[in-house]
Amino acid sequence: MTPILLSLFVIFAELSVLAFGGGNTILPEMQRQMVDVHHWMTAQQFSAMFALAQAAPGPNMMIVPMIGWRLAGLPGVLVTSLAKFGPSSLITAFALHLWERFKDRPWRRHIQQGLVPVTVGLVAASAALITEASVQNLTLALIAGASALAVLKTRAHPLAVLAAGAAIGLTGFGQG
Amino acid sequence: MDTRPTPPLAETAPPPSVGALFFGFLKLGLMGFGGVLPFARRMMVEDRRWLTPAEFTDLLGLCQFLPGGNIINMSVAIGLKFRGVAGAFAALIGLIAMPTLIVIGLGALYDRYQDDAVVHHLFAGLAAGAAGLLIATAVKIAAPLRTNPAGIAIALAGFLFVAVLRLPLLVTLGTLAPLSILMAWRRAS
Repeated sequence: MTPILLSLFVIFAELSVLAFGGGNTILPEMQRQMVDVHHWMTAQQFSAMFALAQAAPGPNMMIVPMIGWRLAGLPGVLVTSLAKFGPSSLITAFALHLWERFKDRPWRRHIQQGLVPVTVGLVAASAALITEASVQNLTLALIAGASALAVLKTRAHPLAVLAAGAAIGLTGFGQG
Repeated sequence: MDTRPTPPLAETAPPPSVGALFFGFLKLGLMGFGGVLPFARRMMVEDRRWLTPAEFTDLLGLCQFLPGGNIINMSVAIGLKFRGVAGAFAALIGLIAMPTLIVIGLGALYDRYQDDAVVHHLFAGLAAGAAGLLIATAVKIAAPLRTNPAGIAIALAGFLFVAVLRLPLLVTLGTLAPLSILMAWRRAS
């Protein structure tokens, strides 16, 4: 395995076992590894890839194979996917057998409730870092703010919100 | 079309084959945008009746408890439950196969055209919209913490560690998760 594939495997395997609370909680660490630690891409490129993955159908961690493809082609896709989806799937497989025994125990509820505030902090951090990298001018700030409000205050479909953002961006208005 | 009267909620269909698992999750992978969980319940409980509503809720509880994406974990658990290891592979690969091909296509387009001014503007608008969706997600999941000052403190500490101090996730989870679980424990007793 080449050094880059090995690094990708280690990074995504660690993210796989730390992804408590779903994919959005691990975005900051993914960005930190890709941008700050390994300098494989800029924060703007990472955010653009996240946005593209959000615009595509499927589970919300599809930025993972996209990163694999960009950095190492098809082997990169296979390595990042295996590392990201393998370890957590193995844990699920083992836990499935134990679940019947511990699902009604009080400590399970305490762990789950205790993880909620941590998840909130991590998702808020994701939102801040992605916004910081994506919003470089007033027009883009208005798109981000309007998108957030549209999802919170109306029943707008997320895909319609993304399409509207892309359409406004396409005009180039206010972007120099 | 199935024209029989709606069966009672507890009734489930015969266990799906490996092929049915693959194609069921393949379809699911092509449906949802930014998450497929709402579609998953409709497919597995209402349309194909693989699980009862109670079984679905129970399994979702397990998948939320464990690391990894909820729907990824669910595909593995359901595949395993019905058809063992082959079923788990069929469901997981079915779920991610088409989305993977699609994002590779999108990624290749981005690489090819990111320097084109017009395309650059389009991607900039898209990324700003995606940032907005993430802000909305954060606001939504933060709302239940309003009555929980200790929880707010933990959430703020997590934000500080990760977004401001840029500490590794392992450090953040290693310190805040045990503390938060301990506080949830004391709150409950």
